[in-house]
This record gives sequence, C-alpha cells and structure tokens, in this order.
Amino acid sequence: MMLAAIEWHSVFFMFFALVACCFAAAVLFTNNIVRMAFYLTICLGSVAALFILAGAEFVGAMQLMIYVGGTLVLLIFGVMLTAQERFVSMATPPGEWVIAVIVGGALMALLLPVAFGVEDWSSPNEQRSELTLQDTESTAALGFALAGNRVDKLSEDNPTLRKGMSGYLLPFVIVSVHLLVVLIGAGYMARTRRRVDAQGS
Amino acid sequence: MAEFFIQSWGLPTPLAYVVAALIHCVLIVHVVAVGAVFFILMERKVSGRIQDRLGPTRVGGRFGWMQGLADGIKLICKEDFVPRDADAMLFRLAPYISFAASYAAFLALPFSDGWSAQWVNTGVFFILAVLGLEVFGVILAGYASGSKWSLFGAMREAAQVVSYEVPIGMCVVVPVMICGTLDLHTIANQQAGWFTNWLIFHDPATFILFWVYFTCALASVNRAPFDLAEAESELVAGFHTEYSGIRWSIFFMAEYGSMFLVSGLAALLFFGGWHGPIPIFDLVGWPVYQQADTGFTLLGYIAALAGCVNFLIKGVIGVTVMIWVRWTLPRLRIDQVITTCLKYCVPIAAVCFIGAMFWTIYDIPFINDLAPHRGRTRAEVREGRQIRINNATGGLDNSDAREDGEVASRGVEGGEG
Repeated sequence: MMLAAIEWHSVFFMFFALVACCFAAAVLFTNNIVRMAFYLTICLGSVAALFILAGAEFVGAMQLMIYVGGTLVLLIFGVMLTAQERFVSMATPPGEWVIAVIVGGALMALLLPVAFGVEDWSSPNEQRSELTLQDTESTAALGFALAGNRVDKLSEDNPTLRKGMSGYLLPFVIVSVHLLVVLIGAGYMARTRRRVDAQGS
Repeated sequence: MAEFFIQSWGLPTPLAYVVAALIHCVLIVHVVAVGAVFFILMERKVSGRIQDRLGPTRVGGRFGWMQGLADGIKLICKEDFVPRDADAMLFRLAPYISFAASYAAFLALPFSDGWSAQWVNTGVFFILAVLGLEVFGVILAGYASGSKWSLFGAMREAAQVVSYEVPIGMCVVVPVMICGTLDLHTIANQQAGWFTNWLIFHDPATFILFWVYFTCALASVNRAPFDLAEAESELVAGFHTEYSGIRWSIFFMAEYGSMFLVSGLAALLFFGGWHGPIPIFDLVGWPVYQQADTGFTLLGYIAALAGCVNFLIKGVIGVTVMIWVRWTLPRLRIDQVITTCLKYCVPIAAVCFIGAMFWTIYDIPFINDLAPHRGRTRAEVREGRQIRINNATGGLDNSDAREDGEVASRGVEGGEG
C-alpha cells in the first residue's frame, strides 16, 4: 500500500524543518519588529518540535521553556517598552545586508561540511524504533551526575579513582553562585543609575 | 491506541495512527471547549450565590444550563471585527496562539493510569513549558489591537507571568524531588493508597507548598485576584478590549482550559491524581487496568474510568475554588502582585523546598506513617527509591542503575481506581 511506503517520521521531520527555515527567513525579510519576534517564536517552536520528534522530549521542553517562553516574553517586553515610532518598522540598509550575508554565509559554509561529513547521518537509521526508550532514559544518568553520583562510571574498579568522580555538583554550584552574583550586581547597578537620574532631573 | 486499531480492526498502520490521533485530539478539544461552557455557567451560578443572587435562570433547563448554549450561539453569530489601527494578521492569530498553548499542554496530561494523549517522559516539565506560552498570545493580542487599554493589559500580563514562573517552578520541583521522576504517571501512581499517602500530606512543607502553588497557579492563569491584564474597572477589558465574538470566546476557552490544567496538575502533584481518597478498588481486589497490559479487560477499564472521574472531580474542585477566590478577594495592584510573588511566594517556596528535602532525607514520619493503612507505607512507595539508589551507587553497573527508575515505578503499580 502506498501510505505504508511513506517514511512518516521523515515527512514530519521535513515539515517542521521547513517551517523552521521559512519562518527564520521571514524574520529576516519582515520590517515590523513585533512580527519578527512572532516569527522567531514559531521558528524556535518548530525546532522544539524537531527535538521532540527525535525522542528528546526533555530537550524539546527545555527549548520551549528557555527560548520560546522566557526569552521571547522578555524580548517582546523589551521591544514593546523601547519601540518608538522610529523603531517599530525598521528597514535594513544595504550595507548591513552585505555584512550579514558575509557573516551568515561563513557560518553556513562551516556548518554544511560538518552536517554532511558525518557518515551516520547520511542515511536514515533503520533501528530507530528500537532505540526510543534507551535514549530518553539516558537523561537519568545526567541527573544523577549533577547530583553527585556518576552512575556511568561505576564500572571503575580502582576505589581511589572512583572517589574522584564526584559528579558535576561543585562546578554546577559554582556556576549558579556566579550567576547569582551577576544578577545581584546587575540589580545594584540599575538601582544606582536610577538614583543619579532622579537627582539630575 | 494505534496498536489496538492495527491488531483488532486490521487498519493499515498510517491510518491507524491518524484515527488514534484524531480520537485523542477530539477528546481533548471537548475537555477544553465543553469544559469552558460548563465552567462559565458554573462561574455565573457560583458568583450569583456568593453575591446572594440566583445567577442565570431565564434561558431554561435545570439550573439554567441552556444559558451556556445560548452564550455560545450568541458569540458565534457576532461580527468578527478588526479595529482600524490593529495589526490585522497578528490580531487574528493571537487567540489561536493562546488556545494552542493551553491545548498542547493537555497532550501530556494523564487523565487516568495510562490515559494520556501522549506519554511524555518529562510530563511536568513539558506542561510547565507549554503553559508559559499562553502569555504570548495575550501579549500579541495586546500589541496588535492598536489600543492603549490592550497594550497596558498585555504589559501587566508580561510582568506578572515572567515573575510568577519562578515560584511555580520551585513549587513543582518539590513533588518531583520526592518522587524522583518527571513522569506524571509515576508521580500519581506513587500516591496510591489512602488519601494520607497524597503528597500534600507527605510533610508540613508540602502542605504549605500546595497553597503557594495554588496562589502562583492563579496568577499564571491570570485569574482574579491577579487578573490585572483584564482589570475591568481600569482597563475596560484589558488585552481583549477590542475582541468580540468567536475570537473573544477562544481566549476564554484558553483561560478556562488553563484553569483546569493547573488544577489537574495540582491534583496529580499533590492530591494523588486518579487515586481516590479511599482505595476502594484496591480493597475489593479489583483488577486495575494498565496500559502495559496487552489485553483489554472490561473490569480494568471500569477501574481506569473511575480513576478518570476521580481526576476530573479533583480538577473541577480546583476550578471551583478558583471561582470562589475570584468572587471573594479584591484585585491586587501591580506592585502588590509583584510583592506577593517576590517577597512571599518565592521565599516560602524556597523554605518549603528545604523543609521537604530534610523531611525526605531523615525519613521523619508524618500522617501517613501514623494512620492505619493497608500494607503500603510511605517508605515503601517513595523513599525506598533512595535505598535503591544507594545500592546502585554501591557497585551496580550502568544498565542496572538505569532500570532503577522502572523498579521504583513498578513497585507501586496496582493502585486503586
């Protein structure tokens, strides 16, 4: 039967990939800044759909939450606060188009050989239906590692070496504290500046 | 479900998947759309009673239930209107974005054991992520309307939702931490047994935390007393000032859909999901339906259906409380909204998080360990997992550690409906 012959997984992959690409292009070609943000949302949402299609639901939900949810709400928030008449509709001058094409083209020239250079990616994986469960559960090991248990290194026989594998807890905490300091610093700087403005005016 | 169609009816595989997907979609559309009609009628009746009125009675039917149909017909018949200053494309699209976000979150919401449109391994996270998108439609609506009222409403909504995502995330993390999984099925199944085994009675911290969650959920679905985005007395109608007819009603379907969604999430995370307060099916030894079972058993199906009814009742109770709160409390100012979030909800949630953590680590007994229950102690269903992790880190290899989560969830199967 013809319906059964179609690789439906690939069809959906193509569909979402096409949506992502089209709306990425739409971001470039529209002049209205709020529409740009809207198109960007759809583009990033399609990328999230691609992740979910690949069985990486966690990464897909992460994409939705961080990029689509958080960043775009903030972006629109920022855009709507700052966008005056002059900026709501912005036409890109030709000089910037040239620079953008050079930069974007260089990146694309770098990425294309990488994408087509991996042999495993050149043909569809025949056994993917059997892979699903194993793949999604690999996040558990990552979670354990973040909490301090390297379950993937338990096969190590040497007890001294095993003690060294204490997981990613310390770097994780260092990064979080660092971010917290940055946040507090940003808040502090924003506050002092406002006070100076109030005195000046 | 697709496998069922392939095996029993002999449908070709693609067609079977399409039929299964359509059934799921139509069912969820009915939860959102018919639910909205029901909840709007309920809201009017409840608000009537709270204000010592009767609510709608004229249209007919018992309790005036036909008012819902009449409202629906009226809304469909209204003119589809786009203001002159509006950004027409975004204006038309905005309600659908709100609705799609609310609707997509239902895909991962389990209504009974194994009864979800799509079994998402990280269900809690997925629902939170998708639910956060609903604000996007509201912001677009506010901007695209070309009206100052709408824009103010949308700005307030943006500020509110961005700040309330923090405490709601902290509240949801605690049940996830106690259960050790992001899978909503497993979280609900770990609360099988008597109602004392529900996570809200796990320890005092989770008990407090539920109320913080409920407050933040109210704020995140934009309900009074946090309905600044549509404050009638100040902003006419906020972000939907310029909307009428079917587009307006789509916004409201999305709102009531999300209300049920956050109530359902509360039921799953804190109130045992589809497990009733008394494990009736467990007590009489009724065979419980599992999706893992290959065969379809009528008795098991009835048990699962009863679980679904349980879940719906819990969700509707949550929505009723939201309605009750709306008609009881006055609206907050925007600075009070942000104060409630940052100065109260976040610190309380953080303290409760630490409290629940210590309670779990030191295995302090609470109601469930003191109450008479049927052979299923708290330690057995949840904290037993910690022992298994310790065993795993004691020398098992990688593949055994991976199966650990499965063992934990298998240990509590066979709960009541």
